[in-house]
Amino acid sequence: MIVNLEKFVAEERPRWERLDARLRKLAEDPWSKLSLVEARELESLYQRVAADLARLSSYAAEPEARQYLENLVGRGHAEIHGARGAGAGFRLGAWLLQTFPQTFRRQAQAFWLALALTVVGAIFGAGAVALDPEAKEVLMPFDHLRGGPSERVAREQENRGKELSDRKARFSGMLMTHNTQVTLTAMALGMSWGIGTLVIIFSNGVMLGAVVVDYLLDGQATFLFGWLLPHGVVEIPAILVGGQAGFVLAGALLGRGQRVRLAARLRAAAPDVVTLCLGAALMLVWAGLVEAFFSQYHEPVLPYALKISFGLMELVALTWYLFRSGLAGGKPASGAAKIS
Amino acid sequence: MNTDRTHLWRVRTPEGVAFTFRLASPVLRAAALMIDLAVVSIAWSVIAVVLSLLKLFSEDIAGLVIALGYFLFSQGYNIAIEWMWRGQSLGKRVLRLRVVDARGLRLTFAQIALRNLLRFVDGLPLFYLVGGVTTLLNNRAQRLGDLAADTLVVWEPAESVPDFAALRGEKYNSLRSHGPAVARLRQAVSPSEARAAWSALARRDEFDAEERVKLFAELAAYFRTLAAVPPEMNEPVADEQFVRNVVDVLYVNRG
Repeated sequence: MIVNLEKFVAEERPRWERLDARLRKLAEDPWSKLSLVEARELESLYQRVAADLARLSSYAAEPEARQYLENLVGRGHAEIHGARGAGAGFRLGAWLLQTFPQTFRRQAQAFWLALALTVVGAIFGAGAVALDPEAKEVLMPFDHLRGGPSERVAREQENRGKELSDRKARFSGMLMTHNTQVTLTAMALGMSWGIGTLVIIFSNGVMLGAVVVDYLLDGQATFLFGWLLPHGVVEIPAILVGGQAGFVLAGALLGRGQRVRLAARLRAAAPDVVTLCLGAALMLVWAGLVEAFFSQYHEPVLPYALKISFGLMELVALTWYLFRSGLAGGKPASGAAKIS
Repeated sequence: MNTDRTHLWRVRTPEGVAFTFRLASPVLRAAALMIDLAVVSIAWSVIAVVLSLLKLFSEDIAGLVIALGYFLFSQGYNIAIEWMWRGQSLGKRVLRLRVVDARGLRLTFAQIALRNLLRFVDGLPLFYLVGGVTTLLNNRAQRLGDLAADTLVVWEPAESVPDFAALRGEKYNSLRSHGPAVARLRQAVSPSEARAAWSALARRDEFDAEERVKLFAELAAYFRTLAAVPPEMNEPVADEQFVRNVVDVLYVNRG
């Protein structure tokens, strides 16, 4: 018990102020690292102040000092017990080569769910356009896809990519931001227990299926694959990865078969969700550049065989990257950078 | 008290010590958001002017940089600044708000990124309706982004070490010579009443003279009733000095 609060405060104040100063210094620089001596001093000051708070708690008539100490202990607790931040050990190379693909594989079930939904949506969209050509007006995502595929092919082959000659970069920026927005939306709607994510991924599949079958039925398979594959083999998986992140979030929210509390489930899922979102955004930057600077050129400027081969090579590389990168002897490599 | 359940969040450390977060009200949070939106909008209008100079070299490249720049700036402002400033954006700093981990641990980058990436769903369908309703229904005042990241937004009033010497003054405390009155006061005065008296003394110079006299008269009358101080002790002590004496005996025990 504290018999003289004034004496107690006077004696302990230097330690409180020293801890306060230490914590302020740490807060000012998120990348700062403590030496062993500093870390020991911080822990010792924290333990002492926590003990002071415990002693003061019995002195109910003194809320000011208690609140001051609660604030100090709260901040100290975060520093002493907090997880290591990304800034302390983040390495871009390790994140790209290990963390992202490992996270993708760890949450592969959610990716397969997104892929299955896209396939079902694509079958639905393809069937709708094949059986009822008027459905095209409703299902096609962009105006330039609503006309006849043959007319578009003839027009674009004649233009030789001149339409975009002075706005390729702007077009690529528009694609990157639009697709990233769609991907982040698919992730964010995981908080609707996955229903919103499901709708976005399914409707994306419907549009894809409608476009593909429209071009195939019009005999423009070569153009379709030459136009779609170079950017689509990265863009579509990126949106699926966004959907995967949404389903991971929804899985944590629903917690089926898990005995852990909601907050703990969401806390555990958060790093994976953010990693998947960042990975998808990077994939979309690549897809945007390819779509603006490569996909929009057709024969005779670029042979379709070259474009299709490029797309297939990207697909193989992406598949290898997502499913094999970061494996060391069949096991995940250690020391991967974490966004925690 | 009911307000403890609705406005405070208690965390118990492994050392067995508990500390409390004061949850920020939706109004304060909305005000901080407005400030941040204004900051983004003003800052971007300046940045856009600078970036548009790129048009001198290539209009196309300038278009790309501006499109990507705005997207990254509007999406990344909160993430970057909350990471740099340990859970505070400019709006939050102005209003003394901070994002904290619900367990009192250090915020991680993933938590900050996730709570900000989910602003989109909280903003649905308009004016943060989903987030606002979720905040009101949640006992930790969390919007969806905070739920997903397990974070809280708390209010941090300025805290300083209490200065007993400044409050006590130099005059002799006549109350100390009357043990039973001191004992009654220590038993009857609640922590919030003691704090109110403390605050009144600490902020005495902020009051108008007339209001100050009235305030200390009311406080002194109340404490005199609780203490049942003998009438002969009341006369020579001014109301403010009496309140000062009461605070002295409540906070400082000289045995």
